[in-house]
Amino acid sequence: MTTQTQPMVLLKGIRKHFGSHEVLKGIDLTVERGKIVSIIGPSGSGKSTLLRSINMLEPPNAGEIWLNGELVNQPLTGRAYETHINAVRQKMGKVFQQFNLFPHLTALQNLTIGPIKLKGVSPAEAKVQAMELLAKVGLADKADAYPARLSGGQKQRVAIARALAMRPQVMLFDEATSALDPELVDEVNLVMKQLAAEQMTMLIVTHEMNFAAEVSDWVLFMEDGLVVEQGPPEQVLKNPVMARTQSFLRKHLAS
Amino acid sequence: MMLDFSVVPPYAGVLLNGLLWTLLITALATTIATVCGILFALILLYAPLVLRWPVRFICFLIMGTPLLLQLFLVYYGLSQVGVNLPAFWTGVAALGLHYAVYNAQIMRTAILGVDPGQTEASRALGFGRLATLRHFILPQALLVATPQLGNNTLILLKDTALLSVIGITELVLSSQLSISRTFRPFEFYLTIAALYYVINLGMEWVLRRLARRLEAIK
Amino acid sequence: MDFELILRITPFMAEAAWMTVQLFAVTLILGLIVASVLTWAGFSRSALLRGFARVYISIMRGTPLLVQLFVLYFGGPQLGLSLDAFTAGCICFGLNIGAYISVGMRGAILAVSPGQTEAARALGFGRAQTMRFFILPQAAPLILRSVGVNAVILLKSTALVSAIGVVELTAAGQRFANATYQPFEALGVAAVFYLALTYLVTGGVALLERRFGVEEGKPS
Repeated sequence: MTTQTQPMVLLKGIRKHFGSHEVLKGIDLTVERGKIVSIIGPSGSGKSTLLRSINMLEPPNAGEIWLNGELVNQPLTGRAYETHINAVRQKMGKVFQQFNLFPHLTALQNLTIGPIKLKGVSPAEAKVQAMELLAKVGLADKADAYPARLSGGQKQRVAIARALAMRPQVMLFDEATSALDPELVDEVNLVMKQLAAEQMTMLIVTHEMNFAAEVSDWVLFMEDGLVVEQGPPEQVLKNPVMARTQSFLRKHLAS
Repeated sequence: MMLDFSVVPPYAGVLLNGLLWTLLITALATTIATVCGILFALILLYAPLVLRWPVRFICFLIMGTPLLLQLFLVYYGLSQVGVNLPAFWTGVAALGLHYAVYNAQIMRTAILGVDPGQTEASRALGFGRLATLRHFILPQALLVATPQLGNNTLILLKDTALLSVIGITELVLSSQLSISRTFRPFEFYLTIAALYYVINLGMEWVLRRLARRLEAIK
Repeated sequence: MDFELILRITPFMAEAAWMTVQLFAVTLILGLIVASVLTWAGFSRSALLRGFARVYISIMRGTPLLVQLFVLYFGGPQLGLSLDAFTAGCICFGLNIGAYISVGMRGAILAVSPGQTEAARALGFGRAQTMRFFILPQAAPLILRSVGVNAVILLKSTALVSAIGVVELTAAGQRFANATYQPFEALGVAAVFYLALTYLVTGGVALLERRFGVEEGKPS
């Protein structure tokens, strides 16, 4: 490991606009290996866009994204760009609000298709690893079930396992529990806490302040495409300095 | 005049032969229609304009004129330009191409209907554009489109009858050969109508079962 | 490409096209009547009528149109039913397309929310009144759409009467093809006429849809 001192994720001056609408106005962020960063803020603040730009689902217009010492948004075009971007994405696990499981594949196949097709892992080995991951998220018995047969919480746990099957260096969670019924939120949070305990580097976009306070090493409060305030959770969530953070938290904790 | 269906059994062999050809034509033309239909849909959606326009034009021509006319055009026209294919292959190709155009419309809608989140998830895992299409978008589009594609096969089965006019001895022409010896059109045409109907019912039943199984996945 | 030939046959093809239009028009009207009767029978309280509609539609959709035409035209005389080719074509196609249109009508009616029937019945309207005042008006846009789709199919199906000797577009094209040994020109002219007719029918349906305010939303 030559990159032991590198931050796992490093963002420098990330900007993104859709037409004339500027969604990200220059974001800087450093995430050290094994750290958990939560990003909070009102809807439309750009937090999801930020997460989407880190793995280039929404390539930024300006700025630099570094993953473990490797520049993610290299100025490439055509096939070279595709090859590079696909390789980088394999190192970043992404979990979506709407799960986005592949409905025509069983839970197990959802986990194995990536390693088999992208990393050349043998089907037998991919299956063993996938079963381990399914067991880890408590769904070994659902291996052969199609997504349509799973509850929302189960779907999201499979989706997390699917991302983990690629052995990513960092996990990106985009409002992973927002689409879930309240009683299903805990089972997903539990899996995420387990990952945290295993020192997985994680970026979490969330609106669950209690969860953020519990697991995060660092919290970012975003509004209007800018980082308004950041720091350890005790500071940002319990004793925020900025007035906008205070009013957001007041509203959010009240509701 | 009385109807007398006892004239039919002596020609059972002739009709059976015609029936087998009808089934073979259906199978071959359906294969062409499905493969070319998917191909056309992909071209209409993703190919550069130089490819897209010819396919669009073919669709316009085929959807705007009768299949029978298309059969004549291919059958007589090819020999005018010096291409002499056996009538059987000409007919199968024309029939398959005709339904390919209709299947392409179905596939196009089905592909566009796949949740964009699927592409996101696939790309986030590191799959390329083509791999995403192949492993996730097409299979799901096919899942949705299968009942409709199957429905087109049912219609195609009935349109194989038209191949009798270019001299292919499928079920209709076989019955006409029998009629030319017995002069009993009603009995023979009704018999083959019944045969078509039974095959149609059978295929419908298979399709329904298939649709139900696919529904369980969706 | 022999333009002189094309010019020479075009007047004859136009005449043949007129035959196609006549067949199409008569058949469509007949088909709409058949479809309405079938749809009514399909929603009837009598199990016998419902069964009849179901079996009739199933047979019409389950056998080739060409064979139906042959049964009627060539087989009919055996039962003392001798029709000229044009009449046989109109009757056969009308009976056939009626079944297809009826499926569309039934689907359109079933697509109207059952709550509408409940509401109308709760107000005291009878079965027939409910259908006439509430269900049909709401189903009309979908019915029109399915009639339009079937009209285009019918237009192209009329080509089949060439097999029983009616000289419409396809038959005329085929005869010129055989006579001149230039099938591309002869059949090509026929194809252009068909494309124009298809365009007219599609355009006409679109006009009707706009005229009667068919939009994505529900009519109020």
